[in-house]
Amino acid sequence: MTSLSPMEESLSPRLELSGITKRFPGVLANDHVSFSVLPGEIHALLGENGAGKSTLVKMIYGIMQPDSGEIRWNGERIIVVNPKAARKLGIGMVFQHFSLFEAMTVLENIALGMDAKIPARDLEARIVAVMSQYGLMLEPHRIVSTLSVGERQRIEIVRALLLNPNLLIMDEPTSVLTPQEVEQLFVVLRQLAKEGCSILYISHKLHEIKALCDTATILRGGKLVDTCDPSVETSRSMAEKMIGGNLKDIQRGAGRTFGEQKLVVKALNVPKDGPFGTALKGIGFSVKAGEIFGIAGVAGNGQNALLLALSGEVSAHDHHAITVGGAEVGHMSAKARRMMGMATVPEERNGHAAVPDFSLSDNAILTGRDRLGMVRGGMIDAAAAWTYAGEVIEAFAVKATGPGAFAESLSGGNLQKYIMGREIMQKPDVLVVSQPTWGVDAGAAAAIHQALVDLAAQGSAIVVISQDLDELLSLCDTLAVINEGRLSPSMKVADARIEEIGLLMGGIHGEGAAHAH
Amino acid sequence: MRIKLEKRREPSMLMLVATPVASVLVTMLIGIVVFDLIGIKGFRAVVDIFLSPLLASYKWQDVAVKAAPLVIIALGLAVGNRAQVWNIGAEGQYVIGALCAAGVAIGFGTIGGPVVVVLMVAAGILGGAAWAAIPAWLRTRFSVNEILSSLMLTYVALQVLSYLVGGPWKDPNGRNFPASAPLGDGQTLPVLFAGSTVHLGVAVAIVLPFVFWYLMKRSVFGFQVRVVGSAPNAARHGGFDGKQTIWLALIISGGMAGLAGSMEFAGVLHKIDLGFPSGYGFTAIIVSFLGRLNPIGCLIAGIVLAVTYVGGQMAQTTVHIPNSTAGIFQAMMLFFILASDILVRYRIRLVPSAPQLVAGE
Repeated sequence: MTSLSPMEESLSPRLELSGITKRFPGVLANDHVSFSVLPGEIHALLGENGAGKSTLVKMIYGIMQPDSGEIRWNGERIIVVNPKAARKLGIGMVFQHFSLFEAMTVLENIALGMDAKIPARDLEARIVAVMSQYGLMLEPHRIVSTLSVGERQRIEIVRALLLNPNLLIMDEPTSVLTPQEVEQLFVVLRQLAKEGCSILYISHKLHEIKALCDTATILRGGKLVDTCDPSVETSRSMAEKMIGGNLKDIQRGAGRTFGEQKLVVKALNVPKDGPFGTALKGIGFSVKAGEIFGIAGVAGNGQNALLLALSGEVSAHDHHAITVGGAEVGHMSAKARRMMGMATVPEERNGHAAVPDFSLSDNAILTGRDRLGMVRGGMIDAAAAWTYAGEVIEAFAVKATGPGAFAESLSGGNLQKYIMGREIMQKPDVLVVSQPTWGVDAGAAAAIHQALVDLAAQGSAIVVISQDLDELLSLCDTLAVINEGRLSPSMKVADARIEEIGLLMGGIHGEGAAHAH
Repeated sequence: MRIKLEKRREPSMLMLVATPVASVLVTMLIGIVVFDLIGIKGFRAVVDIFLSPLLASYKWQDVAVKAAPLVIIALGLAVGNRAQVWNIGAEGQYVIGALCAAGVAIGFGTIGGPVVVVLMVAAGILGGAAWAAIPAWLRTRFSVNEILSSLMLTYVALQVLSYLVGGPWKDPNGRNFPASAPLGDGQTLPVLFAGSTVHLGVAVAIVLPFVFWYLMKRSVFGFQVRVVGSAPNAARHGGFDGKQTIWLALIISGGMAGLAGSMEFAGVLHKIDLGFPSGYGFTAIIVSFLGRLNPIGCLIAGIVLAVTYVGGQMAQTTVHIPNSTAGIFQAMMLFFILASDILVRYRIRLVPSAPQLVAGE
């Protein structure tokens, strides 16, 4: 690498993009994007899902090539042919989804990711050195499957830091972290920046960007809309630039009161479904009519198992474990529970909540056929399904060519709106949704939140399982935290303290502390 | 330039129809080249195998009689394959179906009539379904792969066949050949046109595809099969039982194979000997894929494969190539249809290769 004097560093950008354009079939992912990152700068790349952030950094990291435009590195024009070339230049990247082997140790995973062959002992010494330098605590001989998500991310960060990068790209790094872990990460990133490493920080969480970043580049629909200083902007002003309109607040009726208990879960136990699954242990909570109940937690702590147990896709075997409107449903199948008034929306849209290569009309049949009378004598009333799908599209403003459109042809946000609409318009007594706005643009997220609030106002009990704490705090009346398959006691959102929720997410239970003395 | 596969936004309807047709055409083309290279008149062989049976009207009844079991078995297999349940043992279920029909006929002795024939066919369906129920039970109870168990049960079925026709059911007037006694007059399937070999089973093979098409398109069961095959997790979410789907898929495909076996026995051969298993159960796998797992497609593909059977026999006498040549052509068709399958969901694009230099180093 060329080493520059401090004088030159302050003048010349480390990374400079000009007129970067990338086109995919049917979509212009990046449209003449130009910005630059200075040495030691923490630069936010802000935008909704689908704004083109990921495409842009993939081109910087050499995973894709731009159709036109140029990338300059320390003033020289470069073509980054592949990630290996990027790493050679001093560009490191930590992905949102980790590429780790569960059954191998931390050390083995890092060794596998290195371009150069380094003897295990030297590598271990270097890893320990990097970890102590940045306060990244990790035991090199631990098996990855025993690590928390935050610890796994540290492996990826250490892997990137071993290359002494001059630019570190972080793709949505905090989406799986507890508030405390986020703080620890920020300390590391600030130290790196102080040492002269530039950081390109991708996020849509505005308060984090305000807390961390020096500059923010905002993308919308593949175009650069603004480059601003987050410290002088408000979260709201940045959000409005990001979505290109005014942000709508959730409209809640004043003085909401709750009715009788609609969903009661008592001592729900489910064994784990594989070596890396999570068992549910003694889950208990209740939700009243009109109440929105949030379940917070870091990914992989039993959220999926809980949704499957509530939907009936995995039977609880115990009649009493789950009651809906006073009726015991713990032993019932998914179909029977749906007839009892329980609707669910799993986290994964394509292939779980919906069939990708089926039309929207056929996807309405998937969960609506019995409640909506689409079946007569074993035969499907396709016209009724078509009409219902059309109503959902209309009521939830789903952008689709019509009920005949394939589910996979819709964008994530539109498909999610359709799936939510499909369940909500069946007027369920209890609705359980997991990650309702995951990967959904802000406009669609606001519409989904409003629909949930409206459904609660009509007297349904709603459970929202989400990793997005901000979402839960703004949406829910009551909250509990899931950690390693156990659910904390419920708390009123109005009384909840963020620090306490963060500790629960990290696995420090009230009962654990009580046992400790 | 390099070749790149790019996912289509929606499956191509054109490719869905064009690829099976292209597979047949490419098979013919490769056949011509290969046969010419090994010194046989390739063009003549391909014309005889693929076209002569269609041009010679006296061969049409042969094509119809051979197509009937292929179409009926393929219909059942297509249902299973749609649900990603792979029944490779239709040949065994076909044999067991015929044996069950024979058992009923032997039980009634010389008594005949429509009731007996209906009972024979019903026994064939039940026998085939029961034989296919074994892999279903093994799969749902012990997670045994149904591809292996159904295939292995085919060889068990062949042993059952050779035991019965060589022992208890051997024709006492049959000069000690291992074969069952021929059916009595009232125990055979009626012939549709006097003087021809076209039996009632051919009519069944023409009607059934439309019944299956309607059921697959409109019934909850058809919907269930399509969801389970396309997105198993979504099927579970929608309240469809995966195990029930495996049972139904295997029982239906086994029942159809049993139906085909009983009708081949009661309509064409009238007795069972060691030559009864003719590979229809395996060829029907090709039919179901060439027909794109679509019931109407299976009807058309069944006729195409029947043509190659009849044509293979004709080419034996005209260009003196072995009968098994038809099998080579059938296998080639399967390879091409499976290979070209990717074009339905992907398109091929030529893109300029990426520049191979890194500046700034």
